[in-house]
Amino acid sequence: MKEEGNLENRPSNTAFTQQRLPAWQPMLSAGVVIPGFLVIGLAFIGIGVGLLITSRSIQVLELDYTGTETNSPCNKCTTLPIQNNCVCKLNFTIDTLFKGPVFFYYSLTNYFQSQRKYGASLDYNQLSGDLTYFKSPASDCDPYRYANGKPIVPCGSLANSMFNDTFKLYQIVNGKENLVPFDGKGIAWWTDYNIKYRNPDYSPLENAFNDTEKPVFWSKPAYKLDTSDSSNNGFVNQDFLVWMRRAALPNFRKLYRRITEGDYKDGLPVGNYSLEISYNYPVKSFDGTKKATFSNVSWMGGQNEFLGIAYLAIGSMCVVMSVVMLIVYAKFRFPEDD
Amino acid sequence: MPRKTLKCLFGVDEGSRANRKVVVGHRPCPSNEEIIPPKFCDNRIVSSKYTVWNFLPKNLFEQFRRIANFYFLIIFLVQVIVDTPTSPVTSGLPLFFVITVTAIKQGYEDWLRHKADNEVNKYKVTVLEDGKAIQSESEKIKVGDIVKVEENETFPCDLILLQSHRDDGTCFVTTASLDGESNHKTHYTVPNIGSDLESLTATIECEQPQSDLYKFVGRMDIYKDSQEPIFRSLGPENLLLKGATLKNTKVIYGVAVYTGMETKMALNYQGKSQKRSAVEKSINAFLLIYLFILVSKALVCTTLKYVWQSKPGQDEPWYNEKTQREKDTNLYLKMFTDFLSFMVLFNFIIPVSMYVTVEMQKFLGSFFIAWDKDFFDPEIKEGALVNTSDLNEELGQVEYVFTDKTGTLTQNNMEFIECCIDGFQYKHRDARDELDGFCDTDGPVNKVQQKAGREKEELFLRALCLCHTVQVKESAEQDGLTDQVDGSILDETPSPEERGFIASSPDEIALVKGAMRYGFTFLGLESKTLKILNRSKEVEMYELLHVLNFDPVRRRMSVIVRNGSGETVLYCKGADSSIFPRVKREEVERIRLHVERNATEGYRTLCVAYKRLSPEEYAQVDEDLKEARLALQDREEKLTAVYNQVETEMDLIGATAVEDRLQEEAAETMEALQGAGIKVWVLTGDKMETAKSTCYACRLFQRNTELLELTLRTLEARGRSREERLHELLLEYHKKAVQDAPPVKAGITRSWSGANHDYGFIIDGASLSLMLSSSSESKPSLYESLFLQICQNCTAVLCCRMAPLQKAQIVKMVKNSKGSPITLSIGDGANDVSMILEAHVGIGIKGKEGRQAVRNSDYAIPKLKHLKKLLLAHGHLYYVRIAHLVQYFFYKNLCFILPQFLYQFFCGYSQQPLYDAAYLTMYNICFTSMPILAYSLLEQHIGIEDLLDNATLYRDVAKNAMLQWLPFLYWTLLGVFQGLLFFFGVRYLFSNPALQDNGQVFGNWSYGTIVFTVLVFTVTLKLAMDTRHWTWINHFVIWGSLAFYVFFSFFWGGIIWPFIRHQRLYFVFANMLGSVSAWLVIILLILLSLLPEILLAVFRKNHGSHARQKKLVESSGGGLEFPGSSARPLLMRTFSDESHTVT
Repeated sequence: MKEEGNLENRPSNTAFTQQRLPAWQPMLSAGVVIPGFLVIGLAFIGIGVGLLITSRSIQVLELDYTGTETNSPCNKCTTLPIQNNCVCKLNFTIDTLFKGPVFFYYSLTNYFQSQRKYGASLDYNQLSGDLTYFKSPASDCDPYRYANGKPIVPCGSLANSMFNDTFKLYQIVNGKENLVPFDGKGIAWWTDYNIKYRNPDYSPLENAFNDTEKPVFWSKPAYKLDTSDSSNNGFVNQDFLVWMRRAALPNFRKLYRRITEGDYKDGLPVGNYSLEISYNYPVKSFDGTKKATFSNVSWMGGQNEFLGIAYLAIGSMCVVMSVVMLIVYAKFRFPEDD
Repeated sequence: MPRKTLKCLFGVDEGSRANRKVVVGHRPCPSNEEIIPPKFCDNRIVSSKYTVWNFLPKNLFEQFRRIANFYFLIIFLVQVIVDTPTSPVTSGLPLFFVITVTAIKQGYEDWLRHKADNEVNKYKVTVLEDGKAIQSESEKIKVGDIVKVEENETFPCDLILLQSHRDDGTCFVTTASLDGESNHKTHYTVPNIGSDLESLTATIECEQPQSDLYKFVGRMDIYKDSQEPIFRSLGPENLLLKGATLKNTKVIYGVAVYTGMETKMALNYQGKSQKRSAVEKSINAFLLIYLFILVSKALVCTTLKYVWQSKPGQDEPWYNEKTQREKDTNLYLKMFTDFLSFMVLFNFIIPVSMYVTVEMQKFLGSFFIAWDKDFFDPEIKEGALVNTSDLNEELGQVEYVFTDKTGTLTQNNMEFIECCIDGFQYKHRDARDELDGFCDTDGPVNKVQQKAGREKEELFLRALCLCHTVQVKESAEQDGLTDQVDGSILDETPSPEERGFIASSPDEIALVKGAMRYGFTFLGLESKTLKILNRSKEVEMYELLHVLNFDPVRRRMSVIVRNGSGETVLYCKGADSSIFPRVKREEVERIRLHVERNATEGYRTLCVAYKRLSPEEYAQVDEDLKEARLALQDREEKLTAVYNQVETEMDLIGATAVEDRLQEEAAETMEALQGAGIKVWVLTGDKMETAKSTCYACRLFQRNTELLELTLRTLEARGRSREERLHELLLEYHKKAVQDAPPVKAGITRSWSGANHDYGFIIDGASLSLMLSSSSESKPSLYESLFLQICQNCTAVLCCRMAPLQKAQIVKMVKNSKGSPITLSIGDGANDVSMILEAHVGIGIKGKEGRQAVRNSDYAIPKLKHLKKLLLAHGHLYYVRIAHLVQYFFYKNLCFILPQFLYQFFCGYSQQPLYDAAYLTMYNICFTSMPILAYSLLEQHIGIEDLLDNATLYRDVAKNAMLQWLPFLYWTLLGVFQGLLFFFGVRYLFSNPALQDNGQVFGNWSYGTIVFTVLVFTVTLKLAMDTRHWTWINHFVIWGSLAFYVFFSFFWGGIIWPFIRHQRLYFVFANMLGSVSAWLVIILLILLSLLPEILLAVFRKNHGSHARQKKLVESSGGGLEFPGSSARPLLMRTFSDESHTVT
């Protein structure tokens, strides 16, 4: 009683200082883990089955048009010295209705968009429409910074190497080629298109590019990427945006067009088709391949069996584990569960 | 002026070799030799390390001397110079943070020191200059100044006492702030000074500054009227130490001899070496492993890069042309640059933040010790004290406890039990009840069975009253009038004895009080006159001629007094072993029996003897003593020689027995320590029998313990040379305890279950030095290793008759033995300081023997019983916390960096970072730092109560168990497993990067962000799974960190950031959350990475609880055998070096 009063040195008696904070002490007991594993396992199996079914239901049509094989129609474009607008045609048949909306991708392999220097070789300030950087691009852009003494816009390796094969799809109906309309919008991220990349605020866009040079590899300057649609031109051209979003892995796929209009809104009907490729992009030098891919997508995106299989495997593993634990539990009866 | 300076410098050089010469009051003295006033340091105390100007460079230099900081600096510089994948900010920012935090902390500490210094240095003092008192500041005092000090002021520097206001030329001081002894000590003026300090011409020659508080040798030459100078010897009794406080004396004058950093106080605050914990060593070892991993990763990547590039078309595909400069660069230089770039890319594997977190954990964690109210002792009104926070975890690793006996195991609270006069026993029954009514004045004491003659009785009691250095305490308002105190004793105010006396050794007080009970009251010492009140209430006066101080070698003390009738008598008291050879043989026989019986009953025994000195004898003694005291060299030795010469042929009068109680719960504490697998060694200066009985009382030795004795007694048993016998005994004991003993299974079931045969080992100081010296000659360290092996197989070891340095020697020997066990020393007295400093962890007890042990300790606790909680609960928890912290840090950075390493295989070895720079920087600072910090402060994997109840739990973490290579390998494999999982899980998901339901594709930053999200969640949840003790803080921090990560990612990706060149994370995180597949893969990978952990936790827990329950049964059974009360508190101690007397 007298202790309490005169002891100002006495440590304060709070739960925190005395390490006596109320605490929850979770125990991973078999009683929790076994049902937990079972529930998780079953849930995973369920998700896995759903994923696998969804993935299987996605139709994919992949056409390699690299032209390395001599019998390939595009072979001619690779053997010749590089020429502009080498056109080759790939014919294919669709047996069942290819459900729409159909997405048309191009794929490249052994192409390292993930290279550090390559990926850093751009000037974001140019691409957001800052005209001062049109005159002096960032040093990162080397060796595609200046050409013929004039600054390159858009500068850098990444923009310079933009994919420039173009495709046209025809359905052959009674020997007549019907053009399947491609939708070139909605292939890039909405934020890239609307916010991140900006054209300079110039009335004829062309004038902004005065005293600049087009990228060395490009056949036309940026302001002519899509002359038909000013909202898809210049830096906000969606093909350009898609290219500028670097792929993570050396084998990648990029969205080229969607088929959402007209007669083909619901998909590609059964029939013979012809894909007309204007073959410009060289891949032979680095042993790459090029593919054109038709695919439809589901809620999980494109076809990918990995997720479904992984979920199934982990789910069944959990179930098996819970069964094993149950057997062990029944046999030895862990003492802590009394 | 320059010439003078030169001379001064020269003077310093001279002075540093010889003694220092001080001119009192700076008045030149008429001596034939030219005195160059030497230059001494000024009176500024500088404990601070930095000044405003040198703080930045000096602090930075010191910080970068740490290898880790230097490494990070190099990485940072590489990033600045070489074109590297990550910007210098990513490593510069954390480094800057660490350096800043440390600098602020050190700056703040230094500011505090500056403040304290200033307080001392600006202290107002009065200096006499040409007879005038001048107000000055403490820092301006120079050597030779005459300083005036008033009552209750502290001395501003070391002073020689010239003049005191008291008539008898004494003054009283307390040195509480120096060594914690709160008793008043008497200091004496130098005789023959005269009252006129203005005209005093004198020089003082004294030794160079040294740190021993109790040693001072000097000589004063006083010149009077140009006669031959008078020489006076100066000793510690003339020296007033800086930091001590003047008491009971109105004013004194003294001359400064040591100033500033040369004062004894300042010298004593230096030289405390830094101790490093075992955990820190483990960290450094792991660091090397990770450095190796880092370098090999960088090498692998560099090699593969050039192998890969040698294939045509890979080195420079058309889309990724090199710049002209790159083409021109030398190939080997390019390789080197690439190597450095990889190093930089992977450098996060060695986390800067770990050092900050570890330091914060230690600093903050140590508060819990100081805060613990279980460590609060209402008696001294203090709790535990933490002097260093670096060793918290070491408390959980202790394998050997070296404990002092007196004041640590025992209370050092002495009570007079009985005495023996001339062979007759006088027992004072019910001693405590009789405390107040102490005296029946008429006739003999009725409680005593009168057997010895009255004369002998009174002689004995007078001896007790005279032969000591006890002072009567004067209360402040009574202004030094001893009569008042006497009066209060006579008036029988409640427990006057409790307050009445002050002495540096409690058994002296017990003896004086004992004498008081038999009718002889010590009234005090006044101007060299001892006054005692005898049985017939008459005051007897004795002139105190000499005090022959106690010292641990002689183990006795004497006084020479002249009584009223002019007789000169020497009274001596001391340990039996040091008295018996100096008294007549036949007297010994009568008393020896008594002494031995008392010793076995557990009392501290002292023998009292006396000797009448004839005037001639005394004259001789007096002269010898004075001569010895004047000696400047070997004064101690000379004095001792004189003492030994005087203290011979004495008459033994009797012996006393004083009880020394065991500390509260001493036995329980020792038992708990042994249960925890800790070996307890008792190191004491006390004699064997006494110490042995303490060991029995503390249950260090038990009834079935077989004692192996290696003492002078056993060595001399068969009349052979000691060396031979030593060899023989060691081998015999070794055979018994080591070879024949069943092999001990690593640390478990070692001793206390009772199944094994227990051994106790006893060694004394003489045997120890014999063993060490003989081993150094012939078979180096053979004896030592034999000794250590024997001791390792003993439950308890008792080392008695140890000098303080031998204690340290033993600690050092064990510390450096095989397996380098962690040692802990605990003690309360100045004689324990050496072993406290030597051991890995030094614990001071805030006991009665002053504060030196506390000051030199790493932790100080009020009582021995607190050691149990300190080790078993705090130590255990700290160890688990920090070990987990360290392992977790390495683990989380391994699985952080491994995906980045793997990504190199998919980006053409181009050092492309997988994660955004913000993530790289923030990972260790923000996203994953707080949960582990909270864990490392709050985790209680086992409750404190359980830890205290089951001492065996301590063994679970013994031998640095959580930081061994096996757990490290486990954590590393876990990190590798998870890193692989993160990377390849997402890689297979990205085999089709069209992951959104609108068919759009994800790029490389989405890839990195998914991996990073999985990483942050997994790593945090892993910690959540390891957390056994969820307070609201844990909840807040763990869930808060995850929420912060999500919030930050939205924020970071939600804005086009100005001033940043790449908006590469713009809306990446939001888009990722828009993809169901990304969600699914994140959930899948988190669960899969934690799955093995969950399974292991389930199985380990079952295993663990099995074992714990077993232990519980075991310990409760064990606890019942020993009911928790110390039934035998009777302990003994002789007048040994445990109690050091200071005059």
